[in-house]
Amino acid sequence: MDAAEELRRLRWQCRRGMLELDLLFSRFLDACYSGLSSEDKSDLLRLLNYQDQILQDWFFRAAVPADVRLRELVARIRSVHC
Amino acid sequence: MSLPKRRFDSLIIGAGGAGLNAALRLSAADARVAVVSKVFPTRSHTVAAQGGVNAALANVLPDDWHWHMFDTVKGSDYLGDQDAIEYMCREAIPTVYELEHAGVPFSRLDNGRIYQRAFGGMSQNFGGDQAARTCAAADRTGHAILHTLYQQNLRARTHFFDEFFAIDLLRDEEGAILGALVLEIETGAPLVIEAKTTLLATGGYGQVFRTTTNAFINTGDGMAMALRAGVPLQDMEFFQFHPTGVAGKGMLITEGARGEGGYLMNVRGERFMERYAPKALDLASRDVVSRAIATEVREGRGCGEEGDHVLLKLDHLGRDVVGRRLPGISEICRTFLGIDPAEEPIPVFPTAHYAMGGIPTDRLGRVVAPARHGPEEVVPGLYAAGECACVSVHGANRLGGNSLLDILVFGRAAGNDIIQFLKEKPNHRPLPDSAVEPALARLARWDRKGEGETVHAVKADLRKLMEDHCGVFRTEAVMAEGVDKLKALRERIDGVRLRDHSQTFNTARIEALELDNLVDVGMATLMSALYRQESRGAHSRVDFPKRDDANWMKHSLYFREGDRMDFKPVRTKPLTVESFPPKERVY
Repeated sequence: MDAAEELRRLRWQCRRGMLELDLLFSRFLDACYSGLSSEDKSDLLRLLNYQDQILQDWFFRAAVPADVRLRELVARIRSVHC
Repeated sequence: MSLPKRRFDSLIIGAGGAGLNAALRLSAADARVAVVSKVFPTRSHTVAAQGGVNAALANVLPDDWHWHMFDTVKGSDYLGDQDAIEYMCREAIPTVYELEHAGVPFSRLDNGRIYQRAFGGMSQNFGGDQAARTCAAADRTGHAILHTLYQQNLRARTHFFDEFFAIDLLRDEEGAILGALVLEIETGAPLVIEAKTTLLATGGYGQVFRTTTNAFINTGDGMAMALRAGVPLQDMEFFQFHPTGVAGKGMLITEGARGEGGYLMNVRGERFMERYAPKALDLASRDVVSRAIATEVREGRGCGEEGDHVLLKLDHLGRDVVGRRLPGISEICRTFLGIDPAEEPIPVFPTAHYAMGGIPTDRLGRVVAPARHGPEEVVPGLYAAGECACVSVHGANRLGGNSLLDILVFGRAAGNDIIQFLKEKPNHRPLPDSAVEPALARLARWDRKGEGETVHAVKADLRKLMEDHCGVFRTEAVMAEGVDKLKALRERIDGVRLRDHSQTFNTARIEALELDNLVDVGMATLMSALYRQESRGAHSRVDFPKRDDANWMKHSLYFREGDRMDFKPVRTKPLTVESFPPKERVY
């Protein structure tokens, strides 16, 4: 899979049931995708497999992911401003 | 052209609450059911519904489905069909119990019964004391319902086509619907799904407005497919707006912010609600506050570089109050705006939330359209349910707790009627090649190469146009100008070209197909709003400020062919009880 296809796949996985998640993931892809390591990308895929409500809790600090890498990724996605 | 083909008894397009509840009925009755969803099913927009489901269970306070019916008819500003409303309010009770038995974890009272909370617009005894009618699973009712229905569908062996995009309905010369052409997003390959019945359950279309609470997926796909199949859309002028969404993004800033003492301010620093509602000020009703904000912006008193929003000021409340009483708002502001509302005001603008209009159906979920013998003839083989449909139970205005109810009751009703249909008509109708050609042509159009405008640019212009010309500030001049602009924008679509023509996960192509859909539903909305010369429910016109029952107590119908408008009467006769005649709507 080339990088362009990988990005297209990820972009569709970022289509969620909630506007807030759509905005968070899409701006993160736009701003940060080119700088992601393969480990980061694999973490992002893991994160995208969680249910929308769980993601909402993590992003809006009602809960914290137990996994340290996911915790860092959530903080990184939150910190992108546009 | 030989295309791969799959055959099912029933095709369901959309995997939110309406589609999944219908699918579950059908699979449980041993029908072969295909559910097509452009995203993974549990990422449907139902997941975002927090409020709950209304049902007169009387677990907390005395209640009666007839009182629920009264509230819904009144809430609809008398534009709702009273047969469908009676059906919904009666069926609410068994529908909630069915969900409970399917495993939805409703919040409980100490005695073990389902907890019910009070919600605006709900009364006991036909307009008396506040009712407690809304069943909820904490603040994540939609999520709980969606996941339960999805799991139950897996158990019942419903066949899911995840990440498939529906291009168009297939129909024969007699107008019967024979299934749909769909596109596998992963491979870019088209697939014909042939079905004896097709249910559209694709949800709303808030993405047609620049500022909306709706997710990116809410692009009116099913509504636009119905339009292209010759079916009109009903009551599209009625769209609910919340006064305070984050400007340019749409997330809701709860009314609680103004309840705690927050107030709105224009670019001059004026507390402008003093001019529009001298007594209620910032706590005036939603439509008054929404229109006041839009007026300030229109008259050049908006804030920011574009002057396109006003400010919601909370910093005078103190960090303690903002942090303790409005933690959700603080999080949204920090995450999306990079500001702390305890220090800086929040840019806000009215945000589009919920479509009352949609594909016209009867209370069995069958799509109905004017034909030779009257205004409501059944389109053979076609059903619709949920926000994409207009049954019409919400009329001109939806009550809180009735949207989840609508999708569940009418998804279930459609499932039941389809079971009956399949018994009576057990064979597929012949599918001629000519039925697939228009859908293939629509798909092939996006293969054109060369220079041209981008989808992104046209979509941004469309959303701004709809916000400016068909938002909360509606007059003849504003909307007529909007129609002209939208017709011009529609012409631009022909000149749009994709840069990316790859097959695998070509999301640019999906976004182009969604843009087609948004333009069609946008035109339906704008034309219908221009057509209705009165103010009723969510449709508020500055030049026709009163409700006009003598001339306008009727449903509007927009046809894509020739951008034609028509109307049909409201069904004022319920199934078993007396009608509720129109009265002034006062709370």
